[in-house]
Amino acid sequence: MSNILEIRDLTVSYGGIEAVKGISLDVPEGEIVTLIGANGAGKSTTLKTIAGLVKSKTASIKFMGNEISGMTPDKIVTSGITLVPEGRRVFPNLTVKENLRIGAYLRKDSLEADFEYVYGLFPRLKEREWQLAGTLSGGEQQMLAVARALMSKPKLIMMDEPSLGLAPLVVKSIFDIIKTINEQGITVLLIEQNANMALQAANTAYVLETGRITMTGAGSELLRDERIKEAYLGKSKKEK
Amino acid sequence: MKKTTKNIIYIALLLLIFALSYVVDIIAPYSMLVTVLRKGAVYALVAVSMNLLNGFTGLFSLGQAGFMLLGAYTYAIFTIPTAVRESVYYYYEGGIINFQMNMILAMLLAGVVAAIFAYLIGLPVLKLKSDYLAIATLGFAEIVRALAQWDGFGKITNGSNLLKKFPVLDNTTQYFLIVAICIAVIAMLIHSTYGRAFKAIRDDEIAAQAMGINLARHEQLSFVISAFFAGIGGALLAIFQTTVQANAFKSAMTYEILLIVVIGGIGSITGSILGSFLFIACSEWWLRFLDEPMFIGTFQVPLLRTGFRMVVFSVIIMIVVLFFRRGIMGDKEFSLDRIAKLFRKKAKGDKK
Repeated sequence: MSNILEIRDLTVSYGGIEAVKGISLDVPEGEIVTLIGANGAGKSTTLKTIAGLVKSKTASIKFMGNEISGMTPDKIVTSGITLVPEGRRVFPNLTVKENLRIGAYLRKDSLEADFEYVYGLFPRLKEREWQLAGTLSGGEQQMLAVARALMSKPKLIMMDEPSLGLAPLVVKSIFDIIKTINEQGITVLLIEQNANMALQAANTAYVLETGRITMTGAGSELLRDERIKEAYLGKSKKEK
Repeated sequence: MKKTTKNIIYIALLLLIFALSYVVDIIAPYSMLVTVLRKGAVYALVAVSMNLLNGFTGLFSLGQAGFMLLGAYTYAIFTIPTAVRESVYYYYEGGIINFQMNMILAMLLAGVVAAIFAYLIGLPVLKLKSDYLAIATLGFAEIVRALAQWDGFGKITNGSNLLKKFPVLDNTTQYFLIVAICIAVIAMLIHSTYGRAFKAIRDDEIAAQAMGINLARHEQLSFVISAFFAGIGGALLAIFQTTVQANAFKSAMTYEILLIVVIGGIGSITGSILGSFLFIACSEWWLRFLDEPMFIGTFQVPLLRTGFRMVVFSVIIMIVVLFFRRGIMGDKEFSLDRIAKLFRKKAKGDKK
């Protein structure tokens, strides 16, 4: 299968400190790819750079064969990539429906079918359509964040720590939704600290440690790998 | 309540307001009420324009007086009749502009000039955030004021002398009509997709950006539109005062407008309008008696003297800011549903 996203030599630095040190990764079309790693490994930075929110110095980011590095975030959204930011970041003073409309901000066509689609995925949001997003529970806000991202009709959806701060049951339902979305043909690039859940869901996984990719493999394969378990217990920090 | 009945009531309310504005000129011309209604309307427009920027887009700008000055000067400069230019521009040999524009066109031009300045200023200034933006825009307003008084521009701005004898509006309904049209346009903008994008930026810049909202472009747009209406507001203020002088557009004016926005409720259009009329009524009219010495028999009531009004006024404002932190309306709008709800709640409370 062809790769929908190809990243080569991505280096990002914040104020002289390199957060991402020349990583390369491929996201095959139609798969769930996960990027796991400890806090500060550079996962969020990688996603933000793909979304155009952070500029990289030297990189080639190809999305469906087109170079997108250096493009503005709105162009990247239009080309079919969307980001569900870390910590949900719904617009608290807008209603659920307004949040969804913002998700489709760059689209000019009718949204009715898409409202139906996301309300089908998340019936809870339909009930709370006119409620301010700030009054939703954490799980509902995460659902809204995912639904909002889907409103842009993405080909690739990137999720930054969707399980952050959620109860285990809610996390499970969020992952079920991720699988459902994926089955409907949307490629998913997922970063998670909850490695167990992420690896179970993922076709391919990359392990990121202090700005470098240290391991690659199928999700199920890495799940059984002893070194992965160790990496998660903070071995990488000791080595440094 | 049905939607159609509600709309009928809203339209009736609007007509009633316009009817009152018409009647007031007939029954009580030259009264304090007329002053309050006219100045209140002008300030309402400027407050709503500031609310668009500060309340809906979350850009803390303090340049409103500067844009009003640009509007007021533009209007005055282009509408002074050619016959009287000689006497107005006495020190500058009649100035260099020798034509007179139509009032409405001049008002629109006032907005356009303010908007053009906003666009140019916005390019560098909007890169700043929060307090820094406030300082930069405040600085801009002061520079504009200084330039307007500069002798070098005297042939256009009449230097530090008054601009006067330009055409004015002679009834309150006209003020109301112009202000209502402008506010309606702003309200429509806020309820459009652009308005939603502004609010998204206010709530969370990064998320808004991730949704594909171009921050720089939308902030610039909000800044320019706000300045456009502040410019028209400035032109109306010139009309209200019948003279224009740069000294009137001090930063204190911006603070007054900011105060109206805060008292009315940040993010509420109707709040700004209510706040404006209340503010002007208090500062111009209702508290006037505090400035006059008062005698009860031979006893002189202490403290009442010129300037005491402002002391009381400041205390009231402090109370409002301390105890009604979200203003009169919060970020809600005036609506019949809300009033109906309030009454229902009261009725329930009474039964208990």
